[in-house]
Amino acid sequence: MNVGEKLIEIIAREQHLNPGDISIDATFEELGIDSLDGVNILFALEEEFKIDIPDTVAQNMKSVRQVAESLNRVLEGKDISDLTAMAKGSGPTASN
Amino acid sequence: MRRVVITGLGIFSSTGKDRDSFFENLVQARSGVRPISQFDSSPLSIKIAAEISDYNPDDYFPPKRQDMLDKFTQFALIAAGEAMESSGLTVRDEERCRFGVVMGSGMGGAGSYDAGYHNLYAKQVTRLHPFTIPRIMHNAATSHICMEFGAQGPALATATACSSSGHAIGEAFHLIKFGMADMVLAGGADAPITYGVMRCWEAVRVLASGNGNPATACRPFSADRKGMVIGEGAGVLLLEELDHALGRGATIYGELAGFGMSSDASHITQPSVDGPVRAIRMALGEAGVRPEEIDYINAHGTGTRLNDSVETQVIKEVFNCHARKLAISSTKSMHGHVMGATGAIELVATVMAINRGVIPPTANYTEQDPECDLDYVPNVAREKRIRAALSNSFAFGGLNAVLLLRRWE
Repeated sequence: MNVGEKLIEIIAREQHLNPGDISIDATFEELGIDSLDGVNILFALEEEFKIDIPDTVAQNMKSVRQVAESLNRVLEGKDISDLTAMAKGSGPTASN
Repeated sequence: MRRVVITGLGIFSSTGKDRDSFFENLVQARSGVRPISQFDSSPLSIKIAAEISDYNPDDYFPPKRQDMLDKFTQFALIAAGEAMESSGLTVRDEERCRFGVVMGSGMGGAGSYDAGYHNLYAKQVTRLHPFTIPRIMHNAATSHICMEFGAQGPALATATACSSSGHAIGEAFHLIKFGMADMVLAGGADAPITYGVMRCWEAVRVLASGNGNPATACRPFSADRKGMVIGEGAGVLLLEELDHALGRGATIYGELAGFGMSSDASHITQPSVDGPVRAIRMALGEAGVRPEEIDYINAHGTGTRLNDSVETQVIKEVFNCHARKLAISSTKSMHGHVMGATGAIELVATVMAINRGVIPPTANYTEQDPECDLDYVPNVAREKRIRAALSNSFAFGGLNAVLLLRRWE
């Protein structure tokens, strides 16, 4: 599983969408992802990949591909060979 | 002068998940107090609460929506939905700015606070979920109700502990009476049955343990009363300007005729006689109702030693010899003390008592306390025609809210 596929899986989980309905070229607007949803997805990515996504990077993410590219830059030098096995479920209800 | 009537009722509580089952259970003196099931209460000395049985948010909200809603907001939305459904109101686009919402809550998103702090301190996480703030904020219930029903008029939230929804409904009443709105959804919601909140209340030493029998734990005005029982849920009423209600042929459940509020300004937890007396007199004065016309008081009646004897003194001081003729009951004996929702839940009980001509009893009453020597409608519901009634809310912090309802003929 590459970063793009993992990203789509996370977006689908957080937005309660079907991963098959999310194209790598889809914009957040097309997917109905508003600014608060965006923050939620960033939080999920930070939890999954154990990374920090700086606010300056986060503010420019408007499409799935943009996020995937930013994610690849942040992940450079980080061991991501086992993406599939990384933590599952970081939604707010999961921790209640 | 604009008059304000009640045209919608919604309840979600331990004694009923809708208004009819709620009132029927109260009339049958059935308690909603049970062992806590939401978390492991074994380390606590108090292991009971008036908990809503078998609550599953999936029955009410899709998963995506649940992410954004603390349980207190979920309860608020469910009760508001029933209030709207029972009112038959369809709000036209051009009157959305005349449609408001005022909701009270004592604890706000207590469960989300608890979960967040557990993650922060116990699990040592370094970042909290980004929905934490929108979930915990006290105005979340008000805002979500506004969005759900398209209310774009005056909207606010009250936080006056156990008087929160009494104040919310009183403020909503005045918004309509003084011309700022024509329709307002008003009430309160709380979901305080969490490990952290129960530990806080345990420390105050005002909770009844039930000694193995949860249903009889809360015994307001009875000589053997041991304290209060925490409850959860929501109550929401639709208040409407009289001509607006008449114009659409609405069913009118009663007239909200008076609101009194006062501050004890004396002690942060101990109630005074003077503060509540002034609040009741203010409500009577606004409604233009003589004390002798009050036939029923839904008491604050928490079941603590101090509240119930002080409230009895209050009623004697305001009503003199009429205090022995009017009926008083505490429905908290069954639905528990639902914090910021309790005033709204009790006002719904009062409205239904007037409409159906039946006063729900004070459950679990066993013996008279010399300091509580009025008619508390012990254990058995009573048929009675009610002309006017009061609903009392007296909060920690000494902030009192009294609502006066008049029968609608």
